[in-house]
Amino acid sequence: MSLTMFDEMNATAQSVRAHYQGYQQWLVRQPAEVMEARRAEAEMIFRRVGITFAVYGAKDEDGAGTERLIPFDLIPRIIPAHEWVDIERGLVQRTTALNRFIHDVYHGQEIIKAGVMPAEQIFQNDQFRPEMMGVDVPGNIYSHVSGIDIVRVPNAQGEGEYYVLEDNLRVPSGVSYMLEDRKMMMRLFPDLFSQNRVAPVAHYADLLLETLRAMAPPATAEPTVVLLTPGMYNSAYFEHAFLAQQMGIELVEGQDLFVKDNFVYMRTTRGPKRVDVIYRRVDDDFLDPLAFRPKSSLGCAGLLNVYRSGNVSICNAIGTGVADDKSIYPYVPKMIEFYLGEKPLLKNVPTFMCRNQEDLQYTLANLKELVVKEVHGAGGYGMLVGPAASAAEIEDFRRAIVANPAGYIAQPTLSLSTCPTYVESGIAPRHIDLRPFVLSGKTVQMVPGGLTRVALKEGSLVVNSSQGGGTKDTWILEADAVAPAQFPSQLQSQFQSLTGGD
Amino acid sequence: MLSRTADHLFWMSRYTERAENTARMLDVNYETTLLPQSAAKAQAGWRGLLGISELKPAYAARYGTTINSRDVMDFMVRDEKNPSSIISCLKNARENARAVRGTLTTEVWETANQTWLEVIRMLRGGDCERDPSQFFEWVKFRSHLLRGVTAGTMLQDEAFHFLRIGTFLERADNTARLVDVKFHTAEGDFLGRASEQDQEFDFYHWSAILRSVSAFEVYRKVYRDVIKPERVAELLILRADMPRSLLACLNELMSNLAMVTSDVSSETQRRAGKLRADLQYSQIDEILATGLHAFLTQFLDRVNELGAHISREFLVPATR
Repeated sequence: MSLTMFDEMNATAQSVRAHYQGYQQWLVRQPAEVMEARRAEAEMIFRRVGITFAVYGAKDEDGAGTERLIPFDLIPRIIPAHEWVDIERGLVQRTTALNRFIHDVYHGQEIIKAGVMPAEQIFQNDQFRPEMMGVDVPGNIYSHVSGIDIVRVPNAQGEGEYYVLEDNLRVPSGVSYMLEDRKMMMRLFPDLFSQNRVAPVAHYADLLLETLRAMAPPATAEPTVVLLTPGMYNSAYFEHAFLAQQMGIELVEGQDLFVKDNFVYMRTTRGPKRVDVIYRRVDDDFLDPLAFRPKSSLGCAGLLNVYRSGNVSICNAIGTGVADDKSIYPYVPKMIEFYLGEKPLLKNVPTFMCRNQEDLQYTLANLKELVVKEVHGAGGYGMLVGPAASAAEIEDFRRAIVANPAGYIAQPTLSLSTCPTYVESGIAPRHIDLRPFVLSGKTVQMVPGGLTRVALKEGSLVVNSSQGGGTKDTWILEADAVAPAQFPSQLQSQFQSLTGGD
Repeated sequence: MLSRTADHLFWMSRYTERAENTARMLDVNYETTLLPQSAAKAQAGWRGLLGISELKPAYAARYGTTINSRDVMDFMVRDEKNPSSIISCLKNARENARAVRGTLTTEVWETANQTWLEVIRMLRGGDCERDPSQFFEWVKFRSHLLRGVTAGTMLQDEAFHFLRIGTFLERADNTARLVDVKFHTAEGDFLGRASEQDQEFDFYHWSAILRSVSAFEVYRKVYRDVIKPERVAELLILRADMPRSLLACLNELMSNLAMVTSDVSSETQRRAGKLRADLQYSQIDEILATGLHAFLTQFLDRVNELGAHISREFLVPATR
């Protein structure tokens, strides 16, 4: 992996890639002030709608709380349909294998017996939940909603290649931004969507509800599905409220739930109502104060017992973290081969596991070139980007790694692909990634595309919204670009007379 | 519906209504200060306003014992430490709305959110100091708008009824307080015959009350007479067709409670019905004979208890 650049839109300074040509021709016709007005309009609408993201520990100058807008960029990230087909196939394969793996971990542990993965990788993992041993879950599905982060990196020939950067199998978030970004683009630039065949994404909530309902305990005729949120001060609260509303299900907090006679109920104005499926957006640790963190008020006491009895379904299942850990990540290609007997379709990024002596030595010797990540870190916290770090930061990490080698992995610094983005000085390339949301229920399905995150700081490789990243609408574009929709001749002449012709 | 959701809806509309009524009272008081009057009378007006909201001690702790229009306006409009200030009410209304935004229609949520975003901008830009009346007018309009958007877009299910219950419980409380304080300060004049020089003051005093609840024109229409205190009291307490009167609020409360109650022996409903009947079959002469202040004090206690019962029965039910 060389450090050359790969831009999604511009092949060279003079030429635009084929799938961006239609968009680019449109873009050059847009006056700068119109685009500026659209940008301001988007911000105004996002603020009014309250599409915000809370940043932990931050405070506005007026003390009005910690809500921030996630910057939305007007230029879409476009992926040609034929590339997406390959990505989608790879995602189905990968999440299927991951679900098989989690089931195996909590049942026969064949993968250890076969010597594919060392036992301590699982048993010494903080995210391994012994409470889940031998528990059967509907359909043997654990990760119902998986956010698989994909990046694109130029190879030696300068062509972009897709890699999986990490798997998010606990409570991946961001899908609401994918949906709102599309809604915003269609509102601001309706003409773009009549000129381009962009695959729709708005049916995500339907697919999600279908997935959740399919996971109901057997013999539940009309399952009651709820979304469990930590509450309105959680960073992703907007998304929780949004999804609950889109699916028409109750948005509950821990205090709304209670356990009685080995069933879960919610408190309603008309008395208790039984709950069958909980789409939880609360981490394992906080789900049940009797089983996990005793001081948590975000969960529901006794929930784990009901769950183990099969009287309620929890999505994602408890204990999925054992599979999305950064120390498990390097084994995913082997899992695919082991469980499915297939070659992995999506590549993994080469990873040095500091728990291995050899990898540790290499990592310590090359800190300046590597990206080092905490095994349990998330959200762009606890991460060292070697080439961008100061000498002091590197030394801090060196000490931390030496103190706890198993807590870290290292990867080459990837030259993430860029996409033209509006910044203060105009349009400039910024690094991006892609998070598709894979739904596993009766089948594995997803809406085309996902959430494209963009690092707005020049040269930055960190796209997380908690670190100042923005988002872009993601287009999966059918290749056979059709001419703008043809009016029947009669309509067309009417149209021309109305608009004064052209 | 989740009890917690109902609770947020109930408080969202209570805070909205409270913001509106605070704006109404401030507006009338402010306009009264523009009339030629003694400093003592002006002060009495502002003191009365603090008395309505039971805020005299909180005010004294922040601003001392001198009461002047600038400090009271500051305290009642932009002081976030005062839970009844306009900014606190609008913030709480918005926070409650945010907690249940999925239950509200997009229009309702956006209206509440926009009100909050704009009030911050307006107060920071000095809009209230520049033209207080216009600012109060704006607060009233935002409240009208939210109510209208609610009625115009929400499904008429439980969520809608809990919003309405909050509105009318708060309004009953606020109107009762307003009448109480305004009659209390004038009680001497009101029961004894007014002296010559007080007659002019009286006119402004009573018409100010009427205007604060948008009832000046209603009064003229209903009574076709000069403004008499006992009729003002009757209009604001007993007229079922006057939308801010106590009886009108209780009527709305009853019909919305009926829509959310499934328990035939609901204690909340029984109490609300009793209170409504007491108003419905009262006459203003009777009330005045036994003492308006005593009547209203008791009314406020009963409204307060009613709120507690609604809370216990629907909003924060005891475990299991």
